Amino acid sequence: MKSRRTSTIVAVAVLVLAFAGSLLALHQVDQVRGKQATLEEILYIPSGKTLKKMSLGYTGLLADIYWTRAVQYFGKKHQDEAMHYELLGPLLDITTDLDPHLIIAYEFGSIFLSQSPPAGAGQPDKAVALVEKGIRANPDRWRFYFTLGYIHYFDRKDYKAAREAFQTGSEKPGAYFWMKVMAAEMAHRAGESSLAEEIWARLLESSQDEMVKDNARQHLAALQVEKEIDEINQRIAIFRQKTGQQPSSWLNLIRAGLLRGIPIDTLHNPLKLMPDGTIQVADPDKYQFLTKGLPPGYKRRVKHPPN
Amino acid sequence: MNSRLAAITLNTFREAVRDRVLYNLIIFALLLVASAPLFGQISLGLEKLILVNVGLSSISIFGVIIAIFIGIGLVSKEIEKRTLYTILSRPVRRWEFITGKYLGLLLTLVVNAAFMTIGFFVALLVVTRTFTRDDAGFLVAIYFIILQFFIVTAITLLFSSFSSPIFSAIFAFALFVIGTFAEDLRNFAAISEGVTKWLATSAAWLVPNFSALNVIAQVAHGDHISIQLVLFNTLYALLYSAAAIAVAVLIFERRNLK
Amino acid sequence: MSALEILGLAKNYAVGFWRKSLKTALQPLHLTVEEGEVFGFLGPNGAGKTTTLKLLMGIVFPTSGSARILGHDFHDPDVKKQIGFLPEQPYFYDYLSAPELLDYYAELCGVSSEERRKRIPALLDRVGLPDVGKTQLRKFSKGMLQRVGIAQAIIHDPKIVFLDEPMSGLDPLGRREIRELLQELKDQGKTVFFSTHILSDAEALCDRVAVIHKGELRGIGVVEDLQSKSASKTEVVWHGSHALAAVSRWVSETRTTGEIVRAVASSQDLDMLLEKLRQQHAQIVSVTPVHGTLEDYFLTHTSESETAKV
Repeated sequence: MKSRRTSTIVAVAVLVLAFAGSLLALHQVDQVRGKQATLEEILYIPSGKTLKKMSLGYTGLLADIYWTRAVQYFGKKHQDEAMHYELLGPLLDITTDLDPHLIIAYEFGSIFLSQSPPAGAGQPDKAVALVEKGIRANPDRWRFYFTLGYIHYFDRKDYKAAREAFQTGSEKPGAYFWMKVMAAEMAHRAGESSLAEEIWARLLESSQDEMVKDNARQHLAALQVEKEIDEINQRIAIFRQKTGQQPSSWLNLIRAGLLRGIPIDTLHNPLKLMPDGTIQVADPDKYQFLTKGLPPGYKRRVKHPPN
Repeated sequence: MNSRLAAITLNTFREAVRDRVLYNLIIFALLLVASAPLFGQISLGLEKLILVNVGLSSISIFGVIIAIFIGIGLVSKEIEKRTLYTILSRPVRRWEFITGKYLGLLLTLVVNAAFMTIGFFVALLVVTRTFTRDDAGFLVAIYFIILQFFIVTAITLLFSSFSSPIFSAIFAFALFVIGTFAEDLRNFAAISEGVTKWLATSAAWLVPNFSALNVIAQVAHGDHISIQLVLFNTLYALLYSAAAIAVAVLIFERRNLK
Repeated sequence: MSALEILGLAKNYAVGFWRKSLKTALQPLHLTVEEGEVFGFLGPNGAGKTTTLKLLMGIVFPTSGSARILGHDFHDPDVKKQIGFLPEQPYFYDYLSAPELLDYYAELCGVSSEERRKRIPALLDRVGLPDVGKTQLRKFSKGMLQRVGIAQAIIHDPKIVFLDEPMSGLDPLGRREIRELLQELKDQGKTVFFSTHILSDAEALCDRVAVIHKGELRGIGVVEDLQSKSASKTEVVWHGSHALAAVSRWVSETRTTGEIVRAVASSQDLDMLLEKLRQQHAQIVSVTPVHGTLEDYFLTHTSESETAKV
């Protein structure tokens, strides 16, 4: 049928040309809109709560979409080694507003936020806020406390807060034992010696694992020595006040009535009193976790806290 | 201009105007726009923002709904009711029929959008008491919404040319939703691998990209829309629609009617 | 040039869930209609009449074969300006009024607006719809729709008109009006091709008929020739019902109303009948020859055992 053949040819030609043309046009549209194409609108949405109301109940789906966008955003920025990740925080906020139980958004999102640029957004305070939001919505997830503690420890260097996080998390159902280990380690770094001691003592008592017990013993030993060193330093300070001089040996202090005998460490080795008034242990290698009483420039094979 | 094509276009317009479904939707939409100033009560100082967002979104959504509701009947209804028989026995070419129906519905949507735009600007005037230069941006947003109609109507007609009204509606609506999330589909394609990646990428480029045509949020904040974007979006919408109509014609020309 | 030449048009449908088996709606059909003829296309329901018309109109596409209308290929869109079509149980845009529909349809056929303005009121009058004004077609009865249907088939003054069951939905008055209309069309020199299963209409109007059954052409010929193929009879009406018993051997199709009896007898029995009636002292009211009907021809050619013979 002639007329149908003509219109078939025309239609096919239109189809091919128009579709190809449309793809080209779309490509140009993309260029003009820039890389932030998807994300322009999130700048204009007042909050995730508003979006939640507008989503007609499909909050889970929308949350997944926003999480995907957050990952894409992060990935692109990361690839470009960007120094600013402004939209990451809002994106994660919206995601978690839409679905407060989207665990992965809190866990990974907070890490992306807290890492220093160009690896991450360099916003550890925001990261902490995000994890705490996750904890409020999912109170029994001990892993959140791990993430929280990690951020405090690694990016914020706030050991006390880290210790609190690890400790609280360690009480949650299903928590791995080394949450307590982390708590104790953090307590140690925060200078909360007696708390650290307490935690290690409990660990020593309750754990079945020989390695854990050994670890606890080591920590306790170090803590013990450090406590002693602190005590002795106090006595030295009193001596100095009284006499206006550094003690040259233990005998000075004993004679001054500030010490009863030569101080020894937990291995029954005497502590050394250095000429500059600092105290050192006889054999630092025997104390894995000792942070005080070490000779200057002493390098030990550093043992990282367990991950 | 082909007088048969014009005749079919105008008759389709007349058909839509006399279709009662249209009026229900329009009234509902106008009510929505009219009530937008009330939303402002909820968050002080944001009346204009909310009015613009709600108003323009309504024009968009209701236009799409009308496009689909009426579009699905354009061809399939004629086949089921056999009103097509006496049309085809006339010197009307099948492609003229399809194209005329398309243009007629498009005309209806544009007229409808025009009325809603007037309503929108009236509501805007009530809320803000004055117009600013930024408000011209709203016209660009509405123009993009109309471009959206070009595409939605074309794909609805495409489905209508070979499937029943219900399925045409489902497919057209599904494609609209997917097209709205076209960017996310692309994100997904970027993350995935292998066959999934290939499928997702093809889909992402095949589906109509409605997110590019949605600048409501931007104009609500008074952002400027570049001329280039207007140009390329226009090209995209026209070409994509032409392609869809071409497929509709190809299908319809071969179809044995019952 | 013939008005219509059907050259082996055939249509098969693939049926069944897997579309494997073939159903034949129309076997290859060969048929010619001359200009100015009124041609009847007869057959029982489902014979293939409507399929043939749909094929000719381009509503469905043939599996094989073609046709020529007024010398042009049947799919040529321009020749459709010369064609009018009324489908079976038609349905029109119910949101339009009758004048609007005719105006739209005529425009699609290229009739100028002046002409349309002139013709439409006159035509509506002629088909028996003088006062429909602005009433939307959705409010029309079946009979009224049928009339609109005929109007739209001829509004553009086509040379050949195709009608599928044009009398359906009409009361006896309506049918007569349409019969007159078709006769008018014939008088104007138009070619009329209509399908029906009502034989009396075909007898009254057609020059030639074709009989189709189960997709196959079973017979074709001039009406008078086909009629005379069946036996001729005479109708006798008399007064005196008492006589019926005596003459029952020589009559059939008797109908008694009070004292009046109407009966039919074959030519050879006529004399005997009249003689017997006189013997019975019945009063003869009328003696009328009855034309042979197409019915016999029709029934013969649509019986199951018949094989095609054209």
